[in-house]
Amino acid sequence: MTLRVLAAMSGGVDSAVAAARAAEAGHDVTGVHMALSSNPQSYRTGARGCCTLEDSRDARRAADVIGIPFYVWDLAERFHEDVVEDFVSEYAAGRTPNPCLRCNEKIKFAALLDKAMALGFDAVCTGHYARLGGDGVLRRGVDGGKDQSYVLAVCTPEQLAHAMFPLGDTTKAGIRAEAARRGLQVADKPDSHDICFIADGDTRAFLAERLGEAPGPIVDADGNRVGDHDGAYAYTVGQRKGLRLGRPAPDGRARYVLDISPVTNTVTVGPREALDVRVITAERPVWLGPEPSGPIGCEVQLRAHGEVYGCVAEPSADGLTITLDAPARGVAPGQAAVLYEGDRVLGSATIAETARVPA
Amino acid sequence: MVTYLDHAATTPMLPEAVAAVTAEMSALGNASSLHTVGRRARRVVEESREIIAEAFDARPSEVVFTSGGTEADNLAVKGGFWARRAADPARTRVLAGSVEHHAVMDAVQWLGDHEGARIEWIPSDGLGRITPAALREAIGPDASDIALITVMWANNEVGTVQPVAELAAIAREHGVPFHTDAVQAAGQLPVRFGASGAQALTISGHKLGGPLGAGALLLAKPKPPLSLDPVPLLHGGGQERDVRSGTLDTPSIAGFAAAVQATAGHREEEARRLAALRDALIDAVRAAVPDAILNGDPGERLPGNAHFSFPGCEGDSLLMLLDARGIACSTGSACSAGVSQPSHVLLAMGADPERARGSLRFTLGHTSTEADVKALADAIGPVVERARRAGLT
Repeated sequence: MTLRVLAAMSGGVDSAVAAARAAEAGHDVTGVHMALSSNPQSYRTGARGCCTLEDSRDARRAADVIGIPFYVWDLAERFHEDVVEDFVSEYAAGRTPNPCLRCNEKIKFAALLDKAMALGFDAVCTGHYARLGGDGVLRRGVDGGKDQSYVLAVCTPEQLAHAMFPLGDTTKAGIRAEAARRGLQVADKPDSHDICFIADGDTRAFLAERLGEAPGPIVDADGNRVGDHDGAYAYTVGQRKGLRLGRPAPDGRARYVLDISPVTNTVTVGPREALDVRVITAERPVWLGPEPSGPIGCEVQLRAHGEVYGCVAEPSADGLTITLDAPARGVAPGQAAVLYEGDRVLGSATIAETARVPA
Repeated sequence: MVTYLDHAATTPMLPEAVAAVTAEMSALGNASSLHTVGRRARRVVEESREIIAEAFDARPSEVVFTSGGTEADNLAVKGGFWARRAADPARTRVLAGSVEHHAVMDAVQWLGDHEGARIEWIPSDGLGRITPAALREAIGPDASDIALITVMWANNEVGTVQPVAELAAIAREHGVPFHTDAVQAAGQLPVRFGASGAQALTISGHKLGGPLGAGALLLAKPKPPLSLDPVPLLHGGGQERDVRSGTLDTPSIAGFAAAVQATAGHREEEARRLAALRDALIDAVRAAVPDAILNGDPGERLPGNAHFSFPGCEGDSLLMLLDARGIACSTGSACSAGVSQPSHVLLAMGADPERARGSLRFTLGHTSTEADVKALADAIGPVVERARRAGLT
């Protein structure tokens, strides 16, 4: 069936090949580059982001080679409100957000999809590495290193019903080779790694600029002051580097961020084993299939490209309780807990609290 | 089959122009060379100059060839400012219409940002007109500090034709040189440089059936006190009266002149034909979309221009949907990184940003036919309905 497909084109190699594959499959494809910054210079100015003029030109050039219409849509305002401001306020609240996930949830498969649908498109196609079956089942991409099902798991079945991920069956190396074969100039373009709206990759400075300096204590598990920080928001649970603690711990062992309390502006540090988490409370669950009526045995991934743990997940009144088979380390509130059964995504929820021992 | 309703962006080259460019591209010669080969090229350039001068009521020596309209505007505005200020340091004021094309507007703004120019944007009325009263008001009691005044002949977006002769007369009365960007007007309206009273006038080849990359600044011989003798933007071999250096682009210049010559004889007849088509287009759009707003002066407008705001629609959405149906038009506004900005012209006319963003420009030209109007008439209703559903993001 020929669909009217809107291909979101970032200017990178993945979305370019995704658009080309959709067109080759016989769909009526239109390329759209989302302008996410009203002032592109204020975000990334290098070649690896999603917001630069160079990226916009690369996307346009790829669309020309593929032979599809191409437009730039200005989604800067929505992106700023739903992703950038959310990112800042989540950090301010002591959590560690994943902006790529939020962008999929609120921009690509919401603002962009809604506008596309209203204009008569049937689907939005992206260059994510994930497999989406006609039955609505979302699976990991075959390239384990590139798999992006984690950042898509936040999408609802309704959103995924209008999504198209043509790259899930191929490795990144295969996509680059295919891009070269198709004559796409972006075949060798470096991958984007960092957060696209933080120009220099310095998240701490980005947050400091927006949240201001808020000096406070760094304490150990017993409440003893062991150092100072310029703003608790700049820390992530599990972090070891950049703590700038003057003197070593009495036992000489490395210390990690255990907890961030925005209310008292306190960062708590401690030994690695104190990071061990067995129980996770998560909120705002999204189920890709029917919501389970009781506890289910499955696997859970707790951050992008993170390890996978066996677990029991049990729906509760206000979310989900996940009990891990073995302790996980560095589980940060604000990240998504994505439930899998093998490579199949069952659902996801946002990590709210963690505990060291099963209740 | 594309329905091309974007002739104001560029119009198809006339066969005469294609022939002239092609012939000249296989000929040899630098028009500045002293030998026979150079003289042959020189003759082509000078004959072209004479044709263009005659068509626009200028003397051949008043035609300064440039790479296009943008360069000619920059030469008049920046070069003119520098020269006038050099002659009298008190002259730092620049008066410009608030609905100018970016080629003028951004040049003026640059003078403000980098050369200490004090800019006064002459307000437009609701129809996009710069009235004589508005110019007088902007000049104020003392004109001695004004470097130059620039107001376009006809607006590229909404098509409004300015009372150029009256404005130039006011400038003359105050002893201030006057430049007008006539890029859109040339070829459609009787543009007569000598009679206009302007000291400088910009024209462009590709807007009237000539090749891209050819334009001219018509520049009156300095006649103090009304002297505009611009400082060059390009220094070099001293071509074009030492005002614009650079090897003359003989093929483009020949094509430019061929287009001017081919159209000069029947300009009025063609303007009448276009105006009738344009009126049919306006009627058709209004019939299909009763709440569409026609922007610009309903009477004093370019014969090939129709410009509408469609309430509740995004101009970009309309353009995309029409493009998908094979209809090429323009939102008429400038892009920044490919993102349309609300048109400064509509904002200057008092439109709110939403109305400004929901606008489309349809422009007709020498290849336009009733079939083009019919195609738009059939498409515009459903397209507007669809774009309204997507709304304003």
